[in-house]
Amino acid sequence: MKPRTKRKIREAASSYAFLMPNFLGFLLFTSGPVIFSLFLAFTKWDLLTDSSLKWVGLENFVRLLWFHYEAGAPVANDPYFWKYVGNTFFIMLGIPVGMAGSLALAVAMNQRLKGIVFFRTVYFLPTISMGVAIYMLWRWIYNEDFGLINSLLAMIGVDGPGWLTSTAWSKPALMIMNLWGTVGGYNMILYLAGLQGISPELYEAASIDGASPWQKFRSITWPMLGPTTFFIFVMSMIGGFQSGFEAAYIMTNGGPAGSTTTISYYIWQNAYNWFKMGYAASIAWVLFIMVFSVTIFNWKVGGKIVHY
Amino acid sequence: MKSLTAKESKARKKRKGLFKKFFLYALLSFFGISMVTPFFWTLSTSLKEPGNIFTSTPEWIPRAKFIEREGKKLDIRVKEENATFKVLATGKIRIGRKNRIYSERPEWWNPFLKKYYVLEKRKEEGKEKPKRIYVKILKEKAKVEIIQEGPDKGKVLEVPSNAIKERVNPAWKNYLEAWRAIPFARGYINSLFVSITITLGQVFTSALAAYAFARLSFPGRDKLFLGYLGTMMIPGAVTMIPVFILLRKLPEVLNWIFHTDFWSTTQYLGPYMVGTPIGIDSYFALIGPLLFSAYGTFMLRQFFMTIPRDLEDAARIDGSGPFGTFFRIILPLSKPALATLTIFTFMNSWRSFLWPLIITNSMEMKTIPVMIASFQGLYITDWHLLMAASLIALVPMLIVFIIGQRFFVEGIRLGAIKG
Repeated sequence: MKPRTKRKIREAASSYAFLMPNFLGFLLFTSGPVIFSLFLAFTKWDLLTDSSLKWVGLENFVRLLWFHYEAGAPVANDPYFWKYVGNTFFIMLGIPVGMAGSLALAVAMNQRLKGIVFFRTVYFLPTISMGVAIYMLWRWIYNEDFGLINSLLAMIGVDGPGWLTSTAWSKPALMIMNLWGTVGGYNMILYLAGLQGISPELYEAASIDGASPWQKFRSITWPMLGPTTFFIFVMSMIGGFQSGFEAAYIMTNGGPAGSTTTISYYIWQNAYNWFKMGYAASIAWVLFIMVFSVTIFNWKVGGKIVHY
Repeated sequence: MKSLTAKESKARKKRKGLFKKFFLYALLSFFGISMVTPFFWTLSTSLKEPGNIFTSTPEWIPRAKFIEREGKKLDIRVKEENATFKVLATGKIRIGRKNRIYSERPEWWNPFLKKYYVLEKRKEEGKEKPKRIYVKILKEKAKVEIIQEGPDKGKVLEVPSNAIKERVNPAWKNYLEAWRAIPFARGYINSLFVSITITLGQVFTSALAAYAFARLSFPGRDKLFLGYLGTMMIPGAVTMIPVFILLRKLPEVLNWIFHTDFWSTTQYLGPYMVGTPIGIDSYFALIGPLLFSAYGTFMLRQFFMTIPRDLEDAARIDGSGPFGTFFRIILPLSKPALATLTIFTFMNSWRSFLWPLIITNSMEMKTIPVMIASFQGLYITDWHLLMAASLIALVPMLIVFIIGQRFFVEGIRLGAIKG
């Protein structure tokens, strides 16, 4: 054997040794389960009664996605699912608002001001503490009678709504909380990094031409931040589809009247409240397909709009 | 118009700069305050006596009520507040409970109108909002119970409301009470053990794999890497269900193979319950599935790619194999990236909720977030305890963040570099 090939084989062998621990985990806890869950999606399996697993073909998906006729009008087989998809999308409407806020904050923080590190820490605080404790905190803030928001509103003579108890306000309430939790976090820092990457010469040239601050933002900052915006948008969409479990579990139990149940909370309900593993797996797969197709769509369209 | 001299225009520019700075600080401060207000609110609630939480106007500083009698200060609890008020609509004078008075503020559209109103808490059939009755308060009285230790303890008196005085009095005992209400200490040990093990494992396995992907060549490398990247898009819910089923069924299978019931029996370490060996309610279930991460592999690969190859070549010429190069050259050079991944992983596993929630049953095996959630179920309306518990859970995160702050900013940038 040639020494070259020998070395190649040796390198490949040590590569596999390097990969082994991670790859075993990948096989056991990621790719294996992915295949198994695809299989589960076509079965009926009630873990609670421990009834045996039954192959049902497309039944889960038909129930989930298809409709039947009731008195001549089409009715979804699982109207709850569509409602919860709607809830998820509604809450995702907060994403662009949050992004705009992050960008504005980043622009403000990009100015040479003293004590900016302090502000950065303050704005980052909600992001790092986001979790069960924060959801509990917001449940108290949103308390109808004695919560912070309604008692502040009462001081100016406004009767605050039952934020988490009325179907009209529950989703906006969660959106406001998400905005608070994310506006100064990762996205702001990504925008800040993007802003610092823009050459100051561009702004100088624009100043000489007499451009106003808004014109500078419009024709330099915004296009130069295109890739950053695109990246944040894609990642936020992926996250948004899967979000909402913790808030629903801690704050609202998905209510009132299912108005804060998102897809991920519905999966949890099916799998761990009702132990309907097959149906839960099929919802998880539909969710995956939604995430996947939206991401592909974003890449295709985004690739055309964003200039690198 | 007279043209400006150079000096004047410079001064104008400076003034404009100052104005801009002022505006920016004002803006940043305003939103900054709204960022930290909830935390202050939590802290303040957590330090209040249970009776002082439900106030219609926010009280930021926890206070205790007392009255002065014969020159002595006596701590009291307000039992009932009454008021004589005039109903403005009819002119009638009535006596009623003070706590029925919902707000003592004027309406926003007329700040000079010093009217008071009582909010009827009963909602009328078919009406969205409770009815408001406007009243003017004439005289306020309160029934108070003396809670100060001494001969007068337990006595109930009626005093005019303005005789009740207040002093600053944080109720630190709330923290002790919250801490004792559920096994928080055990939760802390669980969370620390689980988070540290996951972090060490994830960083180690990710670094090894990342080096293979970044520097070594082997058949199928790029396809495999693409597979890793692809899994990052799969929702956690997809894999969670099968892993849950696996861990639920595994003990039964092992018992059947080895003809024992060891695998499904709860184990004890001295007096301490340490869960089952494998399966639901075990440390293995809490840790095992999280020892491997596609994200960590991806992030470290991106970083390893930026290390100059010369150093490795030098090491290789000196006769060092891939393992020697990895441990002696790559790892020491990647300290910032490794530190970043460490902090991220630690914080993510500390706050992780869904997986520990579904995989644990007994209180002894729960991690801090799950414990807090079950605490909420037990103490639904004890907001002072709930807020104290929330802060107890938040403190480690804040400490880690303050220590590792600079790594955060770096890490976010690293994660976003497209490969």
